[in-house]
Amino acid sequence: MFLDLFYGLRKAGIPVAMQEWRMLLESLEQGMHACSLLHFYHLSRACLVKSEVWFDAFDAVFAEVFEGVEGALDIEDEVMKWLRDPKAAEQLTAEQLAELERLTHSELMKRFLETLAEQDERHDGGGRWVGTGGRSPYGHGGVHPTGIRVGGPGRNRSAMKVAEERRFRDYRTDQTLDLRQTRVALRRLRNLTRSGNASELDLDETIDETCRNGGEIELVFRPPKRNNLRLLLLMDVGGTMDPYYEPVSRLLTALHEERGIRDFRSYYFHNCIYEHVFKTARLAASDAVPTGELFRMLNERWKVLVVGDAAMHPAELLQSYGNIDPRVVSETPGIDWLHRIAAHFNRSVWLNPDDKRYWDQTQTTRVIRRTFPMFQLSVDGISEAVQALIGARVQA
Amino acid sequence: MSSQNGFYRFTGTDDYIVSPSLVDAVNCAIALERPLLIKGEPGTGKTLLAENVARALGMPMESWHIKSTSKASEGLYVYDTVQRLNDARFGDGDVSDIRRYIRYGPLGRSFSAEERTVLLIDEIDKADLEFPNDLLLELDQMRFTVMETGDEVVARERPVVIITSNNERELPDAFLRRCVFHFIEFPERELMQKIVAVHHDNLDSKLLDQVLIKFYWLREQNDLRKKPSTSELIDWISALLKSGISQDQLESHIPFMSALLKNEQDTEALSRYDDRGGELPTQWSDLGPRYNQ
Repeated sequence: MFLDLFYGLRKAGIPVAMQEWRMLLESLEQGMHACSLLHFYHLSRACLVKSEVWFDAFDAVFAEVFEGVEGALDIEDEVMKWLRDPKAAEQLTAEQLAELERLTHSELMKRFLETLAEQDERHDGGGRWVGTGGRSPYGHGGVHPTGIRVGGPGRNRSAMKVAEERRFRDYRTDQTLDLRQTRVALRRLRNLTRSGNASELDLDETIDETCRNGGEIELVFRPPKRNNLRLLLLMDVGGTMDPYYEPVSRLLTALHEERGIRDFRSYYFHNCIYEHVFKTARLAASDAVPTGELFRMLNERWKVLVVGDAAMHPAELLQSYGNIDPRVVSETPGIDWLHRIAAHFNRSVWLNPDDKRYWDQTQTTRVIRRTFPMFQLSVDGISEAVQALIGARVQA
Repeated sequence: MSSQNGFYRFTGTDDYIVSPSLVDAVNCAIALERPLLIKGEPGTGKTLLAENVARALGMPMESWHIKSTSKASEGLYVYDTVQRLNDARFGDGDVSDIRRYIRYGPLGRSFSAEERTVLLIDEIDKADLEFPNDLLLELDQMRFTVMETGDEVVARERPVVIITSNNERELPDAFLRRCVFHFIEFPERELMQKIVAVHHDNLDSKLLDQVLIKFYWLREQNDLRKKPSTSELIDWISALLKSGISQDQLESHIPFMSALLKNEQDTEALSRYDDRGGELPTQWSDLGPRYNQ
């Protein structure tokens, strides 16, 4: 059953390795679980799962593996009262323990109910009755290895209930876009070089120079390391992107706050990029900037992040005069502009807020994916996109 | 402090309330002698945990507050070359004794301490990406060598290491694998009542209800950029008590908003809600099902 948990977690994609598993076993050997499923739940989560991102998946697996283990027991109040006030546990010899281990769970349940029916007073210690601190399989604070735990201090919620509540759903990263987590993902965007004012003491050089100077101290300074990354953001606004305005504006905030980036520009477009992009999300004519101007202003080392749903009428993307904005006439098809962007800049990626599963159903999305590596607009997707921007080259 | 079955057990202190899962995680870390990694929203008492573990177990505490410029080696020791260079030049003291210029950092101090200590490494995510990896060996074996002198520092008693992270960046897998992990959830109604009682024990229960209803409602508002946390709630209640506000006054509006919302946009977002004539909740049933179990 315990191995089921281990493999269940691995199957669910939670990174659990032998090292974590051994940590859990070690804590069980020390008796940290106190024969309670709730403690075991806490322990196994603390030892096996190393990020709240995986808590929800862990809860799901835990609930599945241990379903039905913690049966609801209808215990009389008085019995519970004895149990609530435990006496110290007695030490068992190895033989006694081995004997106790032979009982199976169902046998135990049967005997437990029988014992409960016979019992008429409080017991602490001892090996038969329901009570505390003993080696009887029933009760708590005792030392029976396969025993049934009945009540005990601090037991407000059962492990199964905790696991089944799935309270950590919001912390998943494959579906949601949390501002803070996005910032974590974006922080990987960096390219450290030394530039700017010399303000950091270069110790090695200082010692060398001092020696050369005959012992007269000569301090040498160098510029500190700085992020030399330049990022261009092109964002689709309006129309089909309206439902995504909130997550996208969060992304934008995160980017603006990311002061570590050396240079950051953002421009907006509607549905597809044509002759012009816009400085503001209002897409006012006065804010228009010729797309060709971007190529002139920004060199190929700028990284490009396009955010858009890539879903539009095929004509908007593929045909001349496809721009649906009635104010402008766009002779060149949008796809040509996209090709030019992808060709001018060394690295560019596309973030799509739509669910990955539906990408293939939209013709324009399929076409754009041939030009830009596309990632979902989620924390995980952004991490992958960042990798594609700064890591080893990935095929589009 | 209580010592049961031969190891230390932490159960919280009088003015620091802990959830059962956190108690289990702390005890697990103590028993296994592994570092405990604590994550959670800002303001949920991550740093306070270390202080209270130290207090409850009667151990001295070393803390190391990480900054973006912190280097792993600084936690072990610093070799003050510039001072030595200066002394050599101006002839102060015995320059040939390098040990005089070795200063132990928090890690070095807690390893060399006579008794078991609690070592807090605060906000480890503030440092460079490689920082946690640089500490792997030292935290695993609890020993290090001072390169300049060849002295080896070995922990006599493995310190209880508590590491906090604000989730500013991800930590390397190899590092995570060695830690016991706990995520401090935002306290729910019942636990929050206990926490508030620790700080303001003579609070009227009806007033407390109103305060918590408003507080949790505020946290549910999606357009807030920074949700108010426990520490802000405590401050807010202090402000309310000082001004002698009554429960009725609390029903229709939220006074001293600046104690809860620290962000201009958030204050604006809420005043927009007011302008639209939005109503504030006055009963627990006005909130979602998770507050009404």
